[in-house]
Amino acid sequence: MTTATPALGASRLRQLRKLAKEHRLPWLSIVIMGIMLICAVFAPLLAPHDPTEVSLLDSRLPPGEDWSYPMGTDTLGRDMLSRLIFGAQTAAKISLLALAVGTLVGTLVGLVSGYKGGIIDAILMRAADVALGFPTILVALIVVVILGAGIESIVLAMVVTIWARFARMIRGDVLAVKEQDFVTLAKIAGVSTPVIILRHIFPNTVNTLMVVASILVGQVILLEASLSFLGLGLEPGAAAWGIMVAEGRSVILKLWWLSLLPGLAITILVLALNFFGDWLRDTLDPKLRRI
Amino acid sequence: MQGYIIVRLFQAIFTLWILSVIVFASVHLTGDPAAYLLGPETTNETYEQLKINLGLDKPLPVQYWNFLKDVLRGDFGTSVFHGSSARDVLLSRLPATLQLAGAAFALSMLVGIPLGILSAVKRDSIFDSAGKLFAVIGIAAPSFWVAIMLIMLFGAILGWLPTHGRGSMGHFILPTFVLAWGGMAGYVRLARSSMLEVLDSEYVKFARIKGLPERMVIWKHTLRNAAIPLLTFAGLTLAGLMNGSIAVEVIFAWPGVGRLMLQGITTRDFPIVQATVLAAGAFYIFTALLVDILYAYTNPRIRYD
Repeated sequence: MTTATPALGASRLRQLRKLAKEHRLPWLSIVIMGIMLICAVFAPLLAPHDPTEVSLLDSRLPPGEDWSYPMGTDTLGRDMLSRLIFGAQTAAKISLLALAVGTLVGTLVGLVSGYKGGIIDAILMRAADVALGFPTILVALIVVVILGAGIESIVLAMVVTIWARFARMIRGDVLAVKEQDFVTLAKIAGVSTPVIILRHIFPNTVNTLMVVASILVGQVILLEASLSFLGLGLEPGAAAWGIMVAEGRSVILKLWWLSLLPGLAITILVLALNFFGDWLRDTLDPKLRRI
Repeated sequence: MQGYIIVRLFQAIFTLWILSVIVFASVHLTGDPAAYLLGPETTNETYEQLKINLGLDKPLPVQYWNFLKDVLRGDFGTSVFHGSSARDVLLSRLPATLQLAGAAFALSMLVGIPLGILSAVKRDSIFDSAGKLFAVIGIAAPSFWVAIMLIMLFGAILGWLPTHGRGSMGHFILPTFVLAWGGMAGYVRLARSSMLEVLDSEYVKFARIKGLPERMVIWKHTLRNAAIPLLTFAGLTLAGLMNGSIAVEVIFAWPGVGRLMLQGITTRDFPIVQATVLAAGAFYIFTALLVDILYAYTNPRIRYD
């Protein structure tokens, strides 16, 4: 029992390394994701200025004109580069938090639902149907009506729509795994239900988990940007890409870089995430092709 | 088949009922409707009187029951902002949204599917690469940003197209394209992959060996079988349309339901929020139901339990 888990981890690592060798790694995606992640983690060290510092004397500088502001400044003289870097942090914070909570809730529901079956399964899966029955934006708007605009609302709205997708997929895996001999043997050996679920069934759902998460992360970032753009997310002036696009909208003809750059950042990041997600799906679980 | 439709119908009604509970709760959780209607300067007496008039002195289940009865009669209350019934405001905005969404829905199919088929038939050609590029960007680029960039390019710099409001056919071009791009992208990918799958099947190989002309192989043997998964995708595009339409309506100053909904939320105009959210939810839930039924009907191999 005690040696089973590390062995499993090592074999999974070996499996991934073998897959990476067989299937060409999406290097461009990985590099872009890496740069964005570094920006997010080390934002205060990397950004040349304070992203919210107003400096009216330096306002409306186009990119490349003044080298202390390589990407220009906005109408209030805030440094675009610093705001873009902190925007990566905002996007990463919100989307990873939402994804983590959504994954946790969805996985637990999927495991319990698939393993227990019966009435618990029926109730949980009807709940998942209801959650999947609403368009994301509607859920987000209702949450904003109840809780008001803010990070918590965005995260909650995303969790509400994410968990059901995980629950559905994980449940499907559990149904297939729980009929196998090693689960029956564990039961006969008197292993308790929580241990069976976590030790013996959960490791077999990790592939699905990674694939679904990698496919959803791009959508989560787009949703966060849309809500911020509509003014339902963070407070105005915060360094979030969606807010930056909104701020540049009214002056798009003169100060074209204000909306162009943050939108480009969103598009490039989501492109990289989607490519990576597709690659992961094709290598780990080709039967999920249709989602 | 019939059993499946009945189960699915009940499921849709149940989802709609949950939505009504959530909408009711959201209005009652976020504050006191009576205090909100009266504003800060009011006497205690008028406040109590209004509470009785609105039925707010009754227990919550009774209030919910009254709310449900009103909603089923199409009475969502009077909009504070517009000064008229929320239903009338909703109905006056509905045509604009339906026209835009319908145009985008049609465009996404009419462009996306042929493009995907072309991609698959001329695999690894320049068409294929262009189609794929068009699709991946359509999925990754946020629609609100695409809208602003297109306004800048076609509206302001080139001056070819109108960028605000609704009127001539020209007003439709930019918002329709922005709204349709995500769906189009999905259709390109799906049409391509399902065409490729069918092209690879034994019966298509046999048709080719038989010496059928390529046109016959594609039109008669491949296309019909590749069409089935495309049908279900219609439901997904619809969700995409709803996600995008609020931002698109706001940016293009389109007088539709999406803009009304957002404005209702930011001004806390609860009757408008109730009317728009319930209408959008009902529309979405029943379209999804329709798509599922069509799918079960066209694809007898798929059965649900």
